[in-house]
Amino acid sequence: MSKRYRIIILESSSLLVAGIRHMLYDNFSYDVLDSFDCMEKLLEKLGALKPDIILLNPILLGYAKRFMLKSLFQNYPDMLCLALVSSYIQPGILKQFHAVIGMDDDKATIESKLREALRSGKAPANHESYELSDRERDVLIAVAKGKMNKEIADELNISIHTVISHRKNISRKTGIKSVSGLTVYALLNNMIDENDVH
Amino acid sequence: MKPFLFTEHSKLSDLLSENHKLVLMIPRFGIEFGFGEKTVEEVCEIYHISPSFFILVCNVYTYDDFLPDKKALLATDMHSLIPFLLASHDYYLKERLTDIASILVKIADNCEAKFGDTLKRFFSDYKQKVVDHFDYEEKTVFPYIKDLQDGKKTNAYTIHQFQSIHSNIEDELNDLTNILIKYLPCNLMTKERVSVLSKLFDLSDDLNKHSLIEEKILIPYVEFLERNNV
Repeated sequence: MSKRYRIIILESSSLLVAGIRHMLYDNFSYDVLDSFDCMEKLLEKLGALKPDIILLNPILLGYAKRFMLKSLFQNYPDMLCLALVSSYIQPGILKQFHAVIGMDDDKATIESKLREALRSGKAPANHESYELSDRERDVLIAVAKGKMNKEIADELNISIHTVISHRKNISRKTGIKSVSGLTVYALLNNMIDENDVH
Repeated sequence: MKPFLFTEHSKLSDLLSENHKLVLMIPRFGIEFGFGEKTVEEVCEIYHISPSFFILVCNVYTYDDFLPDKKALLATDMHSLIPFLLASHDYYLKERLTDIASILVKIADNCEAKFGDTLKRFFSDYKQKVVDHFDYEEKTVFPYIKDLQDGKKTNAYTIHQFQSIHSNIEDELNDLTNILIKYLPCNLMTKERVSVLSKLFDLSDDLNKHSLIEEKILIPYVEFLERNNV
């Protein structure tokens, strides 16, 4: 007999919990062990239950810990975490999960997301840093001075492709996309001074 | 899930209580407040607005993922499209951007001079970009569409050219909000910052919907006119 994966659910809506239990009831690959309506209760029992998979509503991470999924479950590195999403959740939060189950997913979709998560298994990347790297700083300064990608590439001895990827990371980290906005950012952070701006 | 969309038989006041942001949009159709219990259809008749187009815009402004399908689009009377877009341009420039500029100047004057000057220059460059963007639409694109609507076909221009150069005027606004929230050093202008930020959020939402109307309604509509005018 093939392995039965042990699931626990963290969701405050009993309607949803009942729905998920019902959907997985006749699927012999999964065994729903227990469900919790808040994180504290779950953490208390987690060590004893040792689930393979946890389905959790990211809202219940709480605002302060919304990006800390990984450290929250650091003692259970092999456990898969799937988000159970019933309202808008920032993409950055969802990125921490192995998969995302939405309210419109049907039974087959949910089962295939579970299978896919079990197959790929690997934990997603760590929560990313918002500090600019030294190289990103160099690129930002050049952009703020009004240089084109080609000039920047030549000056820093990197490919245009790399310049573009640095620029994407700079915009993601700072939240600023336009060249004029990046110039303001560089000035405010004393990376360049007014005389550098034409 | 399809939301329950507004219809021409809805009461106009119900639309406003469902989506408060429509308060900012409705005057651009020339509609004055105090319309009592009148339905959308009744109010539109008074102001000679196309009710189908009015409802289309209200739905786009209210439901994030709503866009009309092709059939609904072709069934819409578009005579109010260009006047609405023109009125919106006017409103963005003369009211919204002017408002924002005046608060921003107060904030800038309270900053260290080099930061303040940078902020002012950023905003005036942005405003110029918006002026150029609107200018092109008003002098080139809208007259072309009016000709098409009147059944005249000129070969000099196609909407495809507009589509390929239609520039983004939302990025800088987002950048400005991030600068004001995260990066401009604290100078105790909290009240002004809050006020300018809430205006920026409103304007940015509004411009997003405006671009959506141009890209997903105006362009397909004009493509249809181009195919069907000989």
